[in-house]
Amino acid sequence: MGLAKVWVYAEAVEGTVTGATLELLTKAREVGDTVEALYVGSDADSVAATLGEYGASKVYATDPGETLGAAIAGAFVAQLATAHAPDLVLFAQSYEGRDAVARASARLDRTVLSNGTSLTVDGDTVKVGAAIFGGLTLVETVFEGEKPYLAAIKAKSFEPASAGGGPAAVERVDVADAGRSEQVKLTARHIEEREGPQLEDAAVVVSGGRGIGAAENFEPYVEALARRLKGASGASRAIVDAGWVPYSKQVGQTGKTVKPRVYIALGISGATQHMVGMKNSDNIIAINKDAEAPIFSVADLGIVGDVNKVVPQLLELLNK
Amino acid sequence: MNILVTVKQIPDPAQPGELDPATKTLKREGKLILDESDSYGVEMALQLRDAAGGGEVILASIAPNDEVSGLRTALAMGADRAILVSDPALQGSDALTTAKLIAKCVERAGDVDLVITATESTDGYTGTVPAQVGELLGWPSLTFTRHIEITDGVAKTERQTEAGYDEVEAPLPVVVAVTAGVVEPRYPSFKGIMAAKNKPVDTVTAADLGVTPVGWAGARQEITSIEAAPPRAAGEKFEDDGTGAEKIVAFLENLKVV
Repeated sequence: MGLAKVWVYAEAVEGTVTGATLELLTKAREVGDTVEALYVGSDADSVAATLGEYGASKVYATDPGETLGAAIAGAFVAQLATAHAPDLVLFAQSYEGRDAVARASARLDRTVLSNGTSLTVDGDTVKVGAAIFGGLTLVETVFEGEKPYLAAIKAKSFEPASAGGGPAAVERVDVADAGRSEQVKLTARHIEEREGPQLEDAAVVVSGGRGIGAAENFEPYVEALARRLKGASGASRAIVDAGWVPYSKQVGQTGKTVKPRVYIALGISGATQHMVGMKNSDNIIAINKDAEAPIFSVADLGIVGDVNKVVPQLLELLNK
Repeated sequence: MNILVTVKQIPDPAQPGELDPATKTLKREGKLILDESDSYGVEMALQLRDAAGGGEVILASIAPNDEVSGLRTALAMGADRAILVSDPALQGSDALTTAKLIAKCVERAGDVDLVITATESTDGYTGTVPAQVGELLGWPSLTFTRHIEITDGVAKTERQTEAGYDEVEAPLPVVVAVTAGVVEPRYPSFKGIMAAKNKPVDTVTAADLGVTPVGWAGARQEITSIEAAPPRAAGEKFEDDGTGAEKIVAFLENLKVV
């Protein structure tokens, strides 16, 4: 037996529903009798088709206007949860999802199980699995106390599958009391030019670490190789902390989890913090000067060598 | 401008962590250090205080024992004083309980204009605490911040997004969560280290702050299983003798990636 009502906090980027949202909807169908979505954005009518296709019968939507959507999302979720009593609300462990679940949790006074990579339901018992300590340890945790239960799940935890459903019915909601969160104004949006796929969706991911030597080497080595392989570029925490590349590129425990067909680690030693984000890739190639680097313990092909030498040769061969 | 910065004191992340099977909480033996994620917030607070020409940088930290070594590092960088919530009962607390304690620290600190946190801690990394603190205080939260300016009582930030960044703003007081790498944290000077020894640390319990229940009792969750993840087997490793690039091409060709 599943849960009576499961909600998914839906997100879309530039009008396209995110992969993580589709994964959550697919899982929600498996564990819930009724699946509904919550959406903050001005384009609810257009995303309702995809949300319905993946199993949502209804989407509660609010238009944030000039306010940052993520800022009022918690009040929106809490208001609806109080009115409609869902058993479980699933959020993606994304930028917007984290803000939404955090604010909702404080409003509703409910705990959050976060960084989930699995979800199982047995009667009223809801269990969330997560990998800790760089993926070395798997922990399962069950909710106690009153519903609704709130869970934040990492992208790529479930396989998305269409349910072939028609568009979800859109029910518009005004957020009655977002408090001072309404004062968070979105004044400009900058889309950085990006060629190729999103980091989390890419079939090939090329990541750089300290071993690439300098910030200016990221473009000619990491980006260039990613472009050539029609993949996405990523980074270890070390070079994000050093300010070489933005946080959005970080792969690892405190960044993104990726499961590409091929993961290429350039000059990454393989701290546990990094490994949790990539070690479930289908194939791993590593280049590192240090033969003892932990990254080699998970690499299908390891080259003990200098990134500055091997990558230019590799690009030359590939461009022949 | 008075700024409260949350700082977490964690076991050295270079050592893989371990759960105590009896208490199901993180083993915290040995010295704790300042979470590197928090050093950016401390640095940013110091810069904003100095730019404002006055005010205080107040640290808030939560630890199950009287640990202060990480706090002393942040005080040595230049923070003015600290509040330490130290209570054995906190073991097993969830992120929301942590946020409740921090919100109470903000009230205890006095007239605070700005709370700065990291985006997530290195060891727990739920990433929910900053927005939870904002909600509990009734303040806006500006998260995933990679740049901040404060002008005429309004905080303007660049918020990291999947596709680029957003410009967002909100009037003070606000909670700001910064991403790593936003500023270059200073190293404590010898003078700073000496001065830190005499800076005030206000040590309180959860009950002093009126937050109950805490620990597992307040967490409303139970760990039912802890197990080692299945290891991934290593493949082949070659010393680069000039043919490393060729080996990679062959590997990619075999997978039909090229």
